[in-house]
Amino acid sequence: MSAILSVNNIEKYYGSKGNVTKAIDNISFQVQAGEFVGIMGASGSGKTTLLNCISTIDRITSGQIQVGGQDITRLKGNALNKFRREELGFIFQDFHLLDTLTVYENIALALSIRRISPVKIEKRVHQVAAKLGITEILKKYPYQISGGEKQRTASARAMIGDPKLILADEPTGALDSKASRMVLDSFSRLNQELGATILMVTHDAFTASYASRILFIKDGKIFSEVQRGEETRKAFFNQIIHVVTLLGGDLNDVI
Amino acid sequence: MMLFKLSLRNLKKSFQDYTIYFLTLVLGVAIFYVFNALDSQDIMLAVSASTREIIQLMLTVLAGLSVFVSIILGFLIVYANNFLIRRRKMEFGLYMTLGMSRGSISHILLGETVIIGLISLGVGLVIGVFASQLMSILVAKMFEADMTSYTFVFSMKAAGKTVIYFGIMYLLVILFNVVTISRYKLLDLLTAGKKNERVRMRNPILAMLLFLTSVGILLYCYLSVLGKLGTVDRARLMLLILLGAIGTFLFFLSLSGLMLKVARVWKSFYLKDLNTFVFRQMNSRINTMVCSMTVICLMLFLTIGVLSCGVSMNQSLTKEIEEMTPRDVCMTKPMREKDNQTEEEAKKSVEESLTEKGIDPKEEFLDGYVEITSYIRPELTWEMTLGKNREAVMAQFPMLDWDLEEELVPLSQYNQMAKFYGIQQYDLKEDEYILLCTFEPMKNIRDMGLAAGEPLNIGEKQYTPKYPVCQDGYLGMSNSYTVLGIFILPDSAFEQEGFFAYHNYMAADYQAETEDGRREIEDKISEATDGTPIFVTSKIGLRENSVGMAATVTFIALYLGIIFLISSAAVMALKELSDSSDNRERYRILREIGADQSMIRKALFRQIGIFFLLPLIVAFIHSIFGVQFVNRMLVLTNQDSQQSSMIFTAAFILLIYGGYFLSTYLGSRRIVEEAE
Repeated sequence: MSAILSVNNIEKYYGSKGNVTKAIDNISFQVQAGEFVGIMGASGSGKTTLLNCISTIDRITSGQIQVGGQDITRLKGNALNKFRREELGFIFQDFHLLDTLTVYENIALALSIRRISPVKIEKRVHQVAAKLGITEILKKYPYQISGGEKQRTASARAMIGDPKLILADEPTGALDSKASRMVLDSFSRLNQELGATILMVTHDAFTASYASRILFIKDGKIFSEVQRGEETRKAFFNQIIHVVTLLGGDLNDVI
Repeated sequence: MMLFKLSLRNLKKSFQDYTIYFLTLVLGVAIFYVFNALDSQDIMLAVSASTREIIQLMLTVLAGLSVFVSIILGFLIVYANNFLIRRRKMEFGLYMTLGMSRGSISHILLGETVIIGLISLGVGLVIGVFASQLMSILVAKMFEADMTSYTFVFSMKAAGKTVIYFGIMYLLVILFNVVTISRYKLLDLLTAGKKNERVRMRNPILAMLLFLTSVGILLYCYLSVLGKLGTVDRARLMLLILLGAIGTFLFFLSLSGLMLKVARVWKSFYLKDLNTFVFRQMNSRINTMVCSMTVICLMLFLTIGVLSCGVSMNQSLTKEIEEMTPRDVCMTKPMREKDNQTEEEAKKSVEESLTEKGIDPKEEFLDGYVEITSYIRPELTWEMTLGKNREAVMAQFPMLDWDLEEELVPLSQYNQMAKFYGIQQYDLKEDEYILLCTFEPMKNIRDMGLAAGEPLNIGEKQYTPKYPVCQDGYLGMSNSYTVLGIFILPDSAFEQEGFFAYHNYMAADYQAETEDGRREIEDKISEATDGTPIFVTSKIGLRENSVGMAATVTFIALYLGIIFLISSAAVMALKELSDSSDNRERYRILREIGADQSMIRKALFRQIGIFFLLPLIVAFIHSIFGVQFVNRMLVLTNQDSQQSSMIFTAAFILLIYGGYFLSTYLGSRRIVEEAE
């Protein structure tokens, strides 16, 4: 297995001379093709900054990020747009669907932007919609469907262009537990059946338990890492809770 | 003071938002000043007395229009202001949660309005003062005035008027703001930004029906104004205008739904680039845009109509005058007793009357002046010349006075006059006649009579028309094509009994080398003929008259045209800009899913372009028919002048409307891109 994402000694500083905040303090890790990696951490731990840097929304201060062997920190302008368009898929906490477009059009737009021929678009959208169980709602508008359906629509949009890496930022943050479960189930399906590589940021242990490996971040550093391996999800969940308690205990030791 | 600082900072912050509003105000002030400052220019004093009279008339008209214009601008300002306030609901909500009273918020708005008002008035006046200097060059050219005495002028009166009118408008805005603010609820203010417009999916069959209905209504209107569906009187015209407005509204209402429907079927287009987004975006907004698009379309229609009719009227007036005044002067004297003179006076010719008044024609006029007389026969009325079509024609035009006697002129006399004027001379067989008529509506009626080819009975003899249609020609000079009808008959016809002298015409050139000399003679003649039934038309008089007319028409057209245009363009621009900022979120999403900047810009350009273009196109189609109707009503027949006026209008609209479009596009681009 080759590394899809390779993060090497990256640092991100905010502020200027004399008053510097280290949001990311020398983080390195790799994500292999077909992996489902979760990143956990309290708010302010730097996990969102990390995601922003990987998704090229933010720039790192030093270090290197490679996606599919390409150093993305050096990309600029249209090359950057192209990279983002072709290699990455995004899923957001509040879905970011266009409310004027139907579900079908929201998904199809991702392909239109990649300048894919309209004939192929139609076939592809129906394929992906079937996988995510949203065929029934293709003609509806975002305001006519539930939160879970919205997030599955967003997932369909994120993965329809066959990106190397799907980045999900708190995908269940705005969902109730039932909807969360449905969305996460479809994530698993994407990961296992379609071989999608997913990097998911969350602070929710239940959500994280769907991943195959979890990185814990604290104060801009990797604090710990757990592998699911052959464990059941339940056992993995308990393991996560254990680390979170450790993290939390550590967080609260202000005394 | 604190509040004032806040308003100042707000203005600075939202300066970009206010740019178009501000520019429109400046433009409005400048134009208002320019047109009201026309009278105080020295140029106006350099023109002749009769021209000054026309200018005076023009100024009165313009002053009246200024009231109308200020009402339009007032609406625009209140609308624009209301718009900008709505965009700032969140900000006001925040102030209120911080404990600021409605009164204080009103104070902030007051401060802003005062600052904007003062700056726009100042800048507008400065621009206006300079623009009015340019204007005076135009005026001088139009009135053929001497430019050597030119000085830089500032009109205190016009400036004062501008300040007062705009002051009142700003005051209205302030009142309006206070009322609006007092009506807002805190909750609404705070959630203002979050309200999402729901897309109402219209029933496609209904949209289709509406579309067809609107097209049907518009077609009916078009055909009616073209005169294909019977005559159009005033009441019918009002109905047509109303129908036109309704048709336009329905057209816009149904159009977007229909376009979307068509586009969705045409998949290879719909799924290309961001077209899906563009169409959806348009469809979601057209619901709220229909009203303003209709108003803007009608305003543009008015602009195109006013401008192109004004310009073509000006051109055809100036062109006609050259054709219609080949000699310096023409005097016409009625030869009948009933025309307000004694029997003895009636018998005198123009020459005799002039001599009596102390003007010696031999001295004042160049040799070779021509004097002729036309005749009537009491039994030969308009009615009698219609031939077979008499009843049909009389029923169609019941308002004409069919009992008027026809004017008759012997061929040799006419040719003598025509030769002097340098216009077409005719010849006739012994049993033929020719009918002259240049007044278009009358010509049509008379042609019907001629086409019937029925003979004209004069005494014992019968005459048939030599030509099946009316011919061009005239006896007295005039500034437009106004010959209602003159019959040319062979000289032998007049040997019979029953003719009465009708008019005596005398045409001549002044015996003077210079313009001043000619003017001097002209003044002498007008003094001598004052109070007599002699009607004088002179080259100088007609030209001044016509130039004055043309100038008046042009100025009115320009004034109204510019105001209508900037009003509609500004409304459109503000609406687009605020929509762009409401849609910022959507553009961010587009970027997130990987759309290039160029792609987004293209989508934005298309969207704004379509919203600007649609009303313009519809207005243009409307005006193709409208202008034809107006030209027909005003009897403007000059074809090439209409074409060039259309081109002028198009260029003018492109410049101003296009300018607004461009700044809207750039502003919107800035708004949707600034999130990054």
